[in-house]
Amino acid sequence: MLQILLDLLLTIAHTIRDVLPIVVVIFGFQLLVLKKPIPNLKKIARGFVLVLLGLGFFLEGLEAALFPLGRLMAQQLTDPSFLAGGGGALDWWDYQWVYLFAFAIGFATTVAEPSLLAVAIKANQVSAGSIGIFGLRIAVAIGVAVGIALGVFRIVTGTPLYWYIITGYVLVLLQTLFAPRMIIALAYDSGGVTTSTVTVPLVAALGLGLAGTVPGRNPLLDGFGLIAFASLFPIMSVLAYAKLSEWRSQRRTGRKSSEASSCTLN
Amino acid sequence: MKSLKAILAALLDSLRDLLPIILVIGFFQLAVLRQPIPNFGEIAVGFLFVIVGLTLFVQGLNMGLFPIGEAMAYSFASKGNLVWLLCFAFALGFGTTVAEPALIAVAGEAAVVAAQGGMIEHNEPALAAYAFGLRLTVAVSVGIAIVIGVFRIVMGWPIQNLILLGYGGVVVMTIFAPHEIIGIAYDSGGVTTSTITVPLVTALGVGLASSIKGRNPMVDGFGLIAFASLTPMVFVMGYGMLV
Repeated sequence: MLQILLDLLLTIAHTIRDVLPIVVVIFGFQLLVLKKPIPNLKKIARGFVLVLLGLGFFLEGLEAALFPLGRLMAQQLTDPSFLAGGGGALDWWDYQWVYLFAFAIGFATTVAEPSLLAVAIKANQVSAGSIGIFGLRIAVAIGVAVGIALGVFRIVTGTPLYWYIITGYVLVLLQTLFAPRMIIALAYDSGGVTTSTVTVPLVAALGLGLAGTVPGRNPLLDGFGLIAFASLFPIMSVLAYAKLSEWRSQRRTGRKSSEASSCTLN
Repeated sequence: MKSLKAILAALLDSLRDLLPIILVIGFFQLAVLRQPIPNFGEIAVGFLFVIVGLTLFVQGLNMGLFPIGEAMAYSFASKGNLVWLLCFAFALGFGTTVAEPALIAVAGEAAVVAAQGGMIEHNEPALAAYAFGLRLTVAVSVGIAIVIGVFRIVMGWPIQNLILLGYGGVVVMTIFAPHEIIGIAYDSGGVTTSTITVPLVTALGVGLASSIKGRNPMVDGFGLIAFASLTPMVFVMGYGMLV
């Protein structure tokens, strides 16, 4: 118990160190360039303290509970002796539990990702409630889940990363041409925020574990690339989600509702 | 009493966000791997920490990070000095990325990969120099990304044209970049945006778009993070080609 408290203090100290450059930039510009006092300074300072404490608890909790277990599970699931079961050479289908784990863990960690939560809260405020905090996160989480499962399949089969990524880009570009305009920027942002504190360590452990045990894979070359999948596929799923809800509302009430939904944004 | 209720509601929200992870881990450990959960007490305390942490973080977002990002956006918009705004954008992007722990880790691994591929010598100073160069490259590229993104909001350009250009750049660079760097380059786009940077940058973008006349915060305000994940890929592949 004492150990975990000490670790907590250490994590909070690390978080403070990481935040320092941001605080310097903000206060430097505020005082030297804008030359204005910061409005509600006390409240904002309290907010910063809460963010620091919150991240400290969050990271330390992950380190104590989730990461060791998650890493261990990634290792055990990718262990050839677990996968082979009956013996014999492994083909790509023998990794079915790994795909399922990749899908499930991608989904679950994305729902808990704090930076995605922040973007979703902001999007909800800006869209006056027409974009749901939970709905956006679920759409993103499905994208990450599919992306990571596919990324794991790539490591197992050993096909080149750029085939998938370039195909993915072409699909995203096509979707962009047809997507409702208001969602585009948000969809691209969702790609960038999915992969941070919770997702990266677990997904990286899975990728490295797999690249280390699948014959013929080099962990240093093939272990990378999962994060790229996790940032590409949410863009697709959010664009698709927006397109679907547009279709649905158009079918339900004809032309009126699409006008109404674009009006609520202004 | 009312605030106690609000705190409880917030804690419940966080619990709901973490429930999928608990279910996934529990299911795979107990049903698939058929093993008991080790150190149950420690893990329970850890999850409690995670829930409390997430709750405090969300409170702090609404009290601290969002207001300051928006306040800065309004002050820059009312001051009307574009050069200083762009300087601020660069400083914010560069400053928050250069010290990012995830980036430091990826840069270190990337140096090892580069050495194995014979791109650099396999000794300590060469590795450290390569990793540091890579970190600076990514930080500069994020700084430039925020500058481009802020400039786009000010000018009101549609985001898809710039993104199209960026992805086109990524595809072209992929053809010419050394094979070893491609995976790292793609991943470096994902690790640049930390949990504290994201809310600040989002609030900055939305604040700018709502204080400049003729901009719609929903259409124009988002997209800064998107650039911050795109430019590192282009720059890192460029770095791999030059070094």
